[in-house]
Amino acid sequence: MKLTLHVWRQKNASDQGRMETISADGVSPDMSFLEMLDLVNDRLEKEGVEPIAFDHDCREGICGMCSLMINGVAHGPEAGTTACQLHMRSFQDGDSIHIEPWRSRAFPVIRDLIVDRASFERIQHAGGYVSVNCGGAPDGNAVPISKIEADLAMDAAACIGCGACVASCPNGSAMLFVAAKVAQFAHLPQGQPERKKRVQAMVATMDAEGFGACSNHYECEAVCPKDIPVKFIGELNREYLRTACGD
Amino acid sequence: MKTQTTIGAKTVMAVTGVFLLLFVLGHMVGNLQYFAGEETLNAYAEMLQGLGPLLWIIRLSLLAIFLAHVISATTVVRRNRAARPVAYACKENLTSTFASRTMLMSGLIVGAFVIYHLLHFTVVLDANLAAIKHPEGGALDVYGMVTAAFSHGPTTLIYVIANILLALHCSHGVQSALQTFGLRSEKCAACQRLTSHAIGALILLGNLAVPLSIHFCNCRA
Repeated sequence: MKLTLHVWRQKNASDQGRMETISADGVSPDMSFLEMLDLVNDRLEKEGVEPIAFDHDCREGICGMCSLMINGVAHGPEAGTTACQLHMRSFQDGDSIHIEPWRSRAFPVIRDLIVDRASFERIQHAGGYVSVNCGGAPDGNAVPISKIEADLAMDAAACIGCGACVASCPNGSAMLFVAAKVAQFAHLPQGQPERKKRVQAMVATMDAEGFGACSNHYECEAVCPKDIPVKFIGELNREYLRTACGD
Repeated sequence: MKTQTTIGAKTVMAVTGVFLLLFVLGHMVGNLQYFAGEETLNAYAEMLQGLGPLLWIIRLSLLAIFLAHVISATTVVRRNRAARPVAYACKENLTSTFASRTMLMSGLIVGAFVIYHLLHFTVVLDANLAAIKHPEGGALDVYGMVTAAFSHGPTTLIYVIANILLALHCSHGVQSALQTFGLRSEKCAACQRLTSHAIGALILLGNLAVPLSIHFCNCRA
């Protein structure tokens, strides 16, 4: 396959950045999207050109590091798939592909396609944890949890914090991420002691980091590689209103 | 609750939106009495005028609700604009709709239309219409005023455009409010979306029935 890439190149956080056109030759349809970028980078290095910087780690779709806006869609055209698990067979020979970094005030570009997602970490630090007592590990099944609640908690906990929700939202809103992180604990007994404090602190940090508000476009749900549903946003609103009114 | 937080501002917008929607529906039902004839509509208008101080309490409450809706919308829009300082060179919309993407514009135009509508039918700036509404020595004739107003093409067109935008605004607003209150259910998401569109369609048909029938059929009861 021969492709034409339109890639965002930016030297550092203070550089203005621009789109550059780079050709990709000899691409196999069996390559992953990141392997295609590796191939391009090998060539660029040989030519003495600075390779394209992009985030990646596990390449198994579970770490949440890859963060590419491919042809205007976060993680590319395949639903429920991270960019690392996207294969070049999803494209046609001769295609032009736009590759941009996540765009959000809270995710500043560090270099090329790499953004700083520490704002997500700060939201997590504000309340995305449970307190655990010291001592021996508790017995398994000592605290009964219904299958329905356990499933809901697991659905929310599938969030890998990649930031595709923010990237795709026209408002740069992090509501789906915060909703998932609040909901995964709200459905479990372990999450109850900090329940009120958690939702208030995480929403306050989300706002302070400069993320936008939810306008219910649901673009986030459409691109989430873990298929986190927007029902958790409704749940976050409910949790927030209940605790805010109870103050 | 802090109303300047994202969820707080959205909640104020949703609560005030519900009151404004109820007003729009009530206003629509009131206006549909045009089809019941001259006497019924004029008696309804007299009844409203007869409310005296209560009418002013209702008007001022509506103004406060309207302003709260606009202020919370401004808070949210400013935050949203600031959240994406650099736009994408290429961006696909997968699930957002024309109505959801144009909430700001439809809201602004409907807001401007409300002022026009108040000057048109409540204050009545047009001397000819004012003379029909308050005939010398006669009783209030809202029926005559409405009939005369919608015989005019451009006026009818303004009402048609404004009501299309109002319907679009409500068709996204209703489902959006349900999600903001945490009442959107995954099981009946489709039926809630349909209901939201149905309310938009109802407002469109109900509000345009009077102007269009006058303009095209001059249907008098």
